[in-house]
Amino acid sequence: MSSQDMKDIKLNDELQLEIGERDGIRDKLKKMCRQNHLAAISAIVILIIILMAVFAPVIAPYGETEAILIDRLQGPSMKHLLGTDELGRDLFSRMLYGSRLSIAIGILPSLISLVIGVAAGLTAGYFGGKIDYVIMRIADVMLSIPSLLLAMVVMYTLGTSTVNLFVALSMTGWSSVARVVRSQTLSIKESEYVEAARSIGVSRFKIMTRHILPNCIPSLIVLFTLNVPSAILSESSLSFLGIGVRVPQASWGLIVNQGRQFLFTQPWLCMAPCVAIMIVVLAFNFLGDGLRDVLDPYMQR
Amino acid sequence: MKYFLKRVIGTIPVLLGVILLIFIMLRIVPGNPAVLLLGEHYDQATVDRLTEIMGFNKPIIEQFINYILGALSGDLGISYKYSRPVTDMILEALPYTVRLAVMAAVFAWAIGLIAGIIAAVNNNNFIDRIFMGFSLMGVSMPIFMTSLVLQYFLSFKLGIFPMTEDGSFVSMILPAIALGWNSAGSIARMTRSSLIEVMQADYIDTARAKGLKRAAVIIFHALKNSLLPVVTMMALQLSSMLSGAVITESVFAIPGIGRLATTAIQNRDMPVLQGTVLFTTVIIIAGNLIADLLYSVLDPRIRKGE
Repeated sequence: MSSQDMKDIKLNDELQLEIGERDGIRDKLKKMCRQNHLAAISAIVILIIILMAVFAPVIAPYGETEAILIDRLQGPSMKHLLGTDELGRDLFSRMLYGSRLSIAIGILPSLISLVIGVAAGLTAGYFGGKIDYVIMRIADVMLSIPSLLLAMVVMYTLGTSTVNLFVALSMTGWSSVARVVRSQTLSIKESEYVEAARSIGVSRFKIMTRHILPNCIPSLIVLFTLNVPSAILSESSLSFLGIGVRVPQASWGLIVNQGRQFLFTQPWLCMAPCVAIMIVVLAFNFLGDGLRDVLDPYMQR
Repeated sequence: MKYFLKRVIGTIPVLLGVILLIFIMLRIVPGNPAVLLLGEHYDQATVDRLTEIMGFNKPIIEQFINYILGALSGDLGISYKYSRPVTDMILEALPYTVRLAVMAAVFAWAIGLIAGIIAAVNNNNFIDRIFMGFSLMGVSMPIFMTSLVLQYFLSFKLGIFPMTEDGSFVSMILPAIALGWNSAGSIARMTRSSLIEVMQADYIDTARAKGLKRAAVIIFHALKNSLLPVVTMMALQLSSMLSGAVITESVFAIPGIGRLATTAIQNRDMPVLQGTVLFTTVIIIAGNLIADLLYSVLDPRIRKGE
């Protein structure tokens, strides 16, 4: 295959081809579903929750901030499935709306940190030397600061708002991604086919994105799946401390924060969102574990 | 010895990086901090004088160097809100956090190791699944949830433990369990996978063939080697515990370092936030270093590999 031929193949096609041939991700996923029922069930649970979040306005019996003062602080009933809070807002509806923010904050910052981590890891691993040293020291710095405290510092600087929460959480997850991608790049760049590509004059950028990156995809899928729950936990922790999502918006962490003052009289107000967080995080963890077993058996637990 | 020195020197750029990052991030807050400090009811002359005294008008590099020199001699600045040295505030809060973290660590290690060993011994049968299910649940519960559940059932319903911290040992038990719960889960998982790996080694078969009992093999032969990777986890646990302490201290009203950080944000008290974050991070970097060095003592292959 000449370099001209290689350039002719579209990026997407080649990515698909390489994944399909070398790793058989689809086959491995099927295998996981057959063998690991827990992971399969978790995937379904996650799907259902995402659908519920997307269709929240359709499913929710009441509005996000709709307050019915006569019905305040009621226990779970047919009218209000999970009871109501101190302003008479329906907890079930509020949690449905809250799930949109909580899930989005789980997924979006994880995606952003994945992109940053891949770019940093590929560059560090491929070029080595001083670039590698600088990038990995920055990653070390980010890893040394506890993620919650780092997010708190970012929130202090930018001010507490939902958008800034996305920024804060995107900053914390990339360093572990960078480490994994770097170590894989280091080993893959020595392989013969990369050398072959280099010798026929394929550009560095293409070698990185077309020849090295596809090999990292299985680990990246696992890392992403395991990053989402930690982002969800960070969001809920920050909102719980009152430095995350602001009222009148709802996120699960914020609902816990507001329900906390009624812990001893109306415990369901803060327990329901807690359980919701636990279920989502648990599902992502089970799925991540299952994916790791089939996609990346050598990865450290 | 060479390896030791290399590792110790290697932490210096990271340490400087941490200080620089936190320093810059907290300095790019819009507005003159002097105005923020005084409020709106002061004239320009007062603002100027305060800017001068606090050194806000100096170039950021000079401020940074001054801060590092101060930090090295134990001066982390003065709290905006309380007008007290941040170092004093941290030293006052420190014993609470240390006590909480130590108790949580003891709990996490005891429960985590035992659960991990039981699960590994019952590799892949029903008991293993149950233990691993529980440990994954431990990892998946937000710390505030564990705290609130414990507070509700054990303090409120059963009245065994006090609601909040009152300085006594008993009042620290609940926060410690809440904080250690997550770590216990990850320690159990790590112990299990590492023990299962070691159990497949040849020398374990040899020990069994000699006629040693299964329990003796696990305790005297397998456990010793499987604990190696678990040691590195200690450092990671330290980081997650100090993060978690922020939550637990908030729920149980413990006046520790985490509480200091949370209130510093609410009060927009920059020096206190900066001081607590730096202090915590330095402890974590030191913990990482100690774990690394310990690991190289326990496993000489690491030193050779470097």
